[in-house]
Amino acid sequence: MSEEMQKQLSDFIAAKILKQPKRVIQPAEALISGGVIDSFSLVDLALFVEDTFGVRIADSELNANTFDSIEQLSNLIIARQKK
Amino acid sequence: MTTFVDTLKTFYETEPDRPSVTLQHPGQPDFTITYRELIERANDYAAAYARAGIKPGDVVILILQHGRDLVYSFWGAVLHGAIPSMMPFLTEKLSPERYRSDLTTLFTHSRPTGIVTYPEFETDVKTMVTESGHTVRDVFVTDRIEKQETVDFASLSGMKRDEGETVLLQHSSGSTGLQKGVALSHRAIFNHLDAYGEAIRLTRDDVIVSWLPLYHDMGLIACFILPILRGVHVIQMSPFDWVRAPYRMLQTISSYHGTLTWLPNFAYNFCAQRIRDRDLEGVNLSSWRASINTSEPVKFKSHQVFYERFKGFGLRLETLQTSYGMAENTFAVTQNDLDKLPCVEEIDRESYITDKIARPAHDDRPSIQMMSCGQPISNTSIRVVDDQGHDLPERHVGEIVLKSNCMLNEYYNRPDITKQAFLPGGWYKSGDYGYVVNNEVFVAGRKKDLIIVGGKNVYPQDLEALACEVSGVHPGRTVAFGLFDEDEGTEEVVIIAEVETDDESEHERIAGDIRKHVTKNSAIALRHVRVVGPGWVLKTSSGKVARAANKEKFIKELAASQ
Repeated sequence: MSEEMQKQLSDFIAAKILKQPKRVIQPAEALISGGVIDSFSLVDLALFVEDTFGVRIADSELNANTFDSIEQLSNLIIARQKK
Repeated sequence: MTTFVDTLKTFYETEPDRPSVTLQHPGQPDFTITYRELIERANDYAAAYARAGIKPGDVVILILQHGRDLVYSFWGAVLHGAIPSMMPFLTEKLSPERYRSDLTTLFTHSRPTGIVTYPEFETDVKTMVTESGHTVRDVFVTDRIEKQETVDFASLSGMKRDEGETVLLQHSSGSTGLQKGVALSHRAIFNHLDAYGEAIRLTRDDVIVSWLPLYHDMGLIACFILPILRGVHVIQMSPFDWVRAPYRMLQTISSYHGTLTWLPNFAYNFCAQRIRDRDLEGVNLSSWRASINTSEPVKFKSHQVFYERFKGFGLRLETLQTSYGMAENTFAVTQNDLDKLPCVEEIDRESYITDKIARPAHDDRPSIQMMSCGQPISNTSIRVVDDQGHDLPERHVGEIVLKSNCMLNEYYNRPDITKQAFLPGGWYKSGDYGYVVNNEVFVAGRKKDLIIVGGKNVYPQDLEALACEVSGVHPGRTVAFGLFDEDEGTEEVVIIAEVETDDESEHERIAGDIRKHVTKNSAIALRHVRVVGPGWVLKTSSGKVARAANKEKFIKELAASQ
């Protein structure tokens, strides 16, 4: 479940944000602090998460303190899905 | 004779309780600053500057984010007669090393004697000052500014400034931009507020809403200086908050009955695509009389998608207006007549590219859609000239040059580049290409390669140099350029880097490294990073990278792969 989710997130970021569809994002790779995702794309990621996994990420959470990797993001999504 | 301080003094004496600036921070109640509060707290800073021996005419650099300290420290410098200049704040994606080197550039050219920052940043700033800021007398920390009991205008050294003297400095971002501080006088700014205020029919009943950064002319002049000096209420949020929650601007327009905004073109697409109805419940945009699109090429399609998305919330098509401006003319050069929609026309593509003439399109020939930025404001004259500085007829594309009574005093401490910026007769060379039809100004591009992404100006050579620093990249074989993306309404940054190997997985890895390195050192997000094998990058006969030819090659390959 988590692995499938991580793959979906990786595919979305590679194809839609980085426009390098072949690129695989490692689960622990630093997305925000590492300069992979810029602030303009954070809203896109939040909207993708909401549409795909039914979980809302508030705009105040769109920073490296809440999640900075696919692993952290998928943990956050799973925790919220259980609620 | 009037200076900024005279105007503040009048507000303090006659309307101290008038709301001036309202600051929004997510999760907190809005904080409104009256003129009394603004001037009294600014006076605290003025006293601190005076105590530290900052002299009138000295530059004070503000390294602060959106918030009340930025407001107070700026106006405090004005009250003291010092010259405030805002430096973009360090963001999480920019590397501290690069930020430090940017500050060094700024110190070298602006020679500040004071710096204002937060306690968290004090140690860092002091280290940088020791290394490179030899002119700096003191670092002012926001939590150590002593409150003053009274404001005594007579004793403020800002009262003794002459209206022709420089009141503030504006820098554009990026290391190249930091070398040129646009120095504006009190008089130039007041002249601009008169002419521009008339063009937008500004009244004290207007309410301005803004998320624009204050280190950029659009945010600084239109959404900070203009409202404060003209008694117009301005509601400000941080660009960092807006980009994560673009709906907030519309909610604020609705709740404060906002009438005016200034936005770069991409913001129209950004809002149209990324705001959901659930965030617009009860939002009514009918008070919004003008949203002025400026600072990057203006596109009618962006207005259309924005209008279609928000017309159900009371937005009128006539609200979407255009302007063309630059910091060197204080801010605006042109403004569309707010009673009319901006003029949109189709021009013949071939004629435009080969003859540099914007002929109206006819039959089914390929065309380019252009939108006018309006007419020159009343104090500004423009001409369109060829490479020799000779006037060109209507519809001929040439460089826009201008003359006004709201021009910069100089590029601060740079007499060399100040001199080069003007044609004989005091005509400022904008570096922008454009054409004129019936006094309507159409802007067609930049003379020098410059990428405008999300309203930010970026020099491709800065990005190319950064990409060359990545291990595996062939030195001198990188190309950066902007590619206009219609969906996003702005240019996206492309970097091509040539490497020694043809191995594809190695290309992917290096592409990732370039993306990280360039973003961390420029705070510019890259859209396409293309790593190519030996011999791909085209060079000119003199051995320089040919940007236009490489761009064309990239576009062809991109089209073929899709």
